[in-house]
Amino acid sequence: MNNYPALIVVAPLLAALFAGLAAWIEERLSYPIALVGLAVSMFSAFKVLMQVIDSGAIQYRMAGWAPPMGIEYRIDLLNAMVLLLVSGIAFLNLIASYKSVDQEINDRAGSFYTIYLLFVTGLLGVTATGDLFNLYVLIEITSLTSYAMVALGDRDRGPLASLNYVFIGVIGASFYLLGVGYLYMQTGSLNMADVANILSGIHGSSTVLVAFILCMIGIWIKMALFPLHVWLPNAYSYSPVAFARIVAPLMTKVMVYVMIRMMITVFGREYIFETLNLADAVVWLATIAIIAGAAMAISQKNLKKMLTYIIVCEIGYMVGGAWMGNQLGMTGAILHILNDALMTFALFLAVGNMVYKLKTVDLIDLKGLFGKMPWTMTGFVLAAFSIIGVPPTCGFFSKWYLILGAFEAGAYHFAAALVISSLLCAVLFFKIFEISFFEPMSKGHGESHASVAIEEAPVSMLVVSGLVSLSLIIAGLYSGTIVNTIILPFLK
Amino acid sequence: METIISIKPLLAVLVSLFVIPVLVSSSSKPNVRESWIFIAGTIKLVLVLSMLPVILDGKQIVLTLFEIAPGASIAFRVDGLGMLFAIVASSLYIVTSIYSIGYMRGLDEHGQTRFVSFFALAISATIGAAFSANLLTLYLFYEILSLATYPLVAHHQDKTSRISGRRYLTFILGTSIALVLPAMIYCYHVTGTLEFSTAGIFAGQLSKPAATVLLLMFVFGFAKAGIMPFHTWLPAAMVAPTPVSALLHAVAVVKVGVFSIVRVMTGIFGIDLLAHFNLGIVVMCIASVTILTASCIALSQDELKRRLAYSTISQLSYIIFGVALLSPQGLLGGVIHIVMHAFGKITLFFCAGAIYVATGKKYISQMSGLGKKMPFTFAAFFIGALGVIGLPPTGGFYSKWNLILGTLEAQQTIFMLVLLVSSFLNAFYFLPIVYKGFFGKSEEENDNIPVKINEANLCLVIPLVITAIISIVLFFYPTVFINLIKVGLDL
Repeated sequence: MNNYPALIVVAPLLAALFAGLAAWIEERLSYPIALVGLAVSMFSAFKVLMQVIDSGAIQYRMAGWAPPMGIEYRIDLLNAMVLLLVSGIAFLNLIASYKSVDQEINDRAGSFYTIYLLFVTGLLGVTATGDLFNLYVLIEITSLTSYAMVALGDRDRGPLASLNYVFIGVIGASFYLLGVGYLYMQTGSLNMADVANILSGIHGSSTVLVAFILCMIGIWIKMALFPLHVWLPNAYSYSPVAFARIVAPLMTKVMVYVMIRMMITVFGREYIFETLNLADAVVWLATIAIIAGAAMAISQKNLKKMLTYIIVCEIGYMVGGAWMGNQLGMTGAILHILNDALMTFALFLAVGNMVYKLKTVDLIDLKGLFGKMPWTMTGFVLAAFSIIGVPPTCGFFSKWYLILGAFEAGAYHFAAALVISSLLCAVLFFKIFEISFFEPMSKGHGESHASVAIEEAPVSMLVVSGLVSLSLIIAGLYSGTIVNTIILPFLK
Repeated sequence: METIISIKPLLAVLVSLFVIPVLVSSSSKPNVRESWIFIAGTIKLVLVLSMLPVILDGKQIVLTLFEIAPGASIAFRVDGLGMLFAIVASSLYIVTSIYSIGYMRGLDEHGQTRFVSFFALAISATIGAAFSANLLTLYLFYEILSLATYPLVAHHQDKTSRISGRRYLTFILGTSIALVLPAMIYCYHVTGTLEFSTAGIFAGQLSKPAATVLLLMFVFGFAKAGIMPFHTWLPAAMVAPTPVSALLHAVAVVKVGVFSIVRVMTGIFGIDLLAHFNLGIVVMCIASVTILTASCIALSQDELKRRLAYSTISQLSYIIFGVALLSPQGLLGGVIHIVMHAFGKITLFFCAGAIYVATGKKYISQMSGLGKKMPFTFAAFFIGALGVIGLPPTGGFYSKWNLILGTLEAQQTIFMLVLLVSSFLNAFYFLPIVYKGFFGKSEEENDNIPVKINEANLCLVIPLVITAIISIVLFFYPTVFINLIKVGLDL
């Protein structure tokens, strides 16, 4: 057995230690260390994904201890995909971050990279682990590091946003922990596969019901499902842009992964859709989340804030799909984890470029931006089309599966919500395009038609943003392949 | 049916896409940039034409690119209908490119590189739509076309174009997301496929109410076809530079809308199913209302381009009307009107643009006596108008003839009246322009200043003469297109 599964998580963890230590000696040393750590992690994640596709799920026992006593990493197609996604985005974002960290928080770059690595370690661990308590610990690692990151951001509003985030985050974690406690009470085990085995005989138990509900509420708080989303917009928009770029696409998506893992692996679809009678209610909740998220996004005056509300809206897509109770909906939800992570990342990369040049990104600051930053805006436009769901970008194809699932389940309200949110997103993004296309930059008249000097972000940021935006089209065109090699075999 | 796998349709779509980076990089050298447009346009036309003999032979050319889900792929299938549309679009693209050099340089427009780049993207999407093998691919190119034409409509970047651009997108993108997308996914949900086939895909899985709702969602959802009440984007889009109005809003964009509806009616529902549920009559009523109302509105417009726009709205519904007759003659007349109207209407738009560049005049009331100054332009306008009205010796006669025969064949004599009344209205709103142009008196003549011939520059005049001549040629030689339709629809 090879050690790639462990390496995915351990490489960034070790890199975090060394980066932190190195920063004491020389601040600049921490960046290359972080780069190496994440590169190793991404490579291992790729290896593991290939291996899982070839020969099925991998069980990796930490330090050789057998479950249920020891901690087990259990990597199947679903989390192999998410692992590669997380490590890939973390690595690419690190490349783009060099310049923006330099500009935004240069005096604390060492601590930034250390916390960044710990955050990524947490996300990867959450994704890889097969142990319920270990999952809690790792969620706390990601949360604690992100509290710190938010506080590193906007000097006036960052700390308060962070405090708010801490309060709600702790509540969410406690719900989850309590749920795990109930599960342990009932089953005496913390290993997911083991728990699932024991649970399959006792579906009627009210302890299990309580455990399930507590776990779900905890996870929903962490993933910012409407109306539990209030912490998210401030926390994400006041954090440093280099961190916003990774937390926005990944944090909520990893929590969606956790929800799906709990639903499929731990409690089982049979329990959720046949024993419990909650699915309809949750799909309705998701429907409301979609509409509310899109509506709140449309009323924002700041681009970053607007995008954070779009995240709230997209969470509704995935929750609704997962709870649809059929294969198509679940396929859509899982595909959307990938697609939404990519498109949110692309959007925030573009916003990062804008922030680098413009400092603030209130909508009125974006005047004339097509002339000034054509490449950034091209990336932004592609990502926006993906959110709206224009083919052949990937956003269209996950929407395709979600709407199909909704039709099959007869949840026409959910399908309608998806269509309405596409329309609202179209309005919202074209509002931005109009500002940046029609309005001249300076106050003088007649200058709109003169050619504007191009002032782009640094090449490192542009390249990453361009690549990720292109990947939206590639992911879209190959969504058939992704569904057939990863998602459908997993759901079997 | 025999099929041939070939990469040609893909190349035909991609060639104008690949030329965009070249256009952008040669933006400082307009002549180099323009020659690339012609090179790409010619390659595209040659590629399209090289597939013609095979298609006329009754074969089809297919190419599957990406399998998204079973029965839903991104794929090309070149058949008679697609071929017909692709020939029209790619040949007129070259003519329009000549025209657009004259127009854009004549007016010294800004952002010419952006203009030609998005134009190339739009034509790529049009050919893609023509060659689509299934509804998913068609939808994909339909949406790309909507988005690619937005910067063209809003080209002037002023307040009017901002408002018009907004209306353009609201109607075009809004209807396609709100109506076509759910309808398409529902079709897939019911049948598990979206491939076009002349027998339709439903095979008895659809009740009459469901079929009616779906059909209406498609007919109104493809708002590029300008069916009322989703037509107002077209007059609004007239703020765009005239080459855009000419190629996109008389040929490419609007006909992609019509083409999509034709595809859905003939390839998704199938003529038999529509006849079985008696749905043709529903669509015919909708189309008739649009034909008559738009013609009446056209009468009241004084701005020439707006009058042409309303005329287009009315003419587009002829095509849908013809297909909705569900009879062989009706189908033939409807689909061939895609070709005939394209050549007629583009001539008219070219004339409107030439008049604007040469004299700065936009309103019909200012144009009396102008024919003496611009004889070629007005002669071409006359021919274009004959084509749209449907009189010999222009190709338009052929489509109207078949449409009228179609109403008789389908025993819908009342609807024949719609066609006749509309033809009168067409004559009323076009012929006075020509008459006043040649026989009216301009202000200068009133002041007894002698009139000299003063045409717009050659880049503007040559294209409109070419399209006018083709309009006449089509009256004598429509055979190729007729055969394409017969092959495409199994008539």
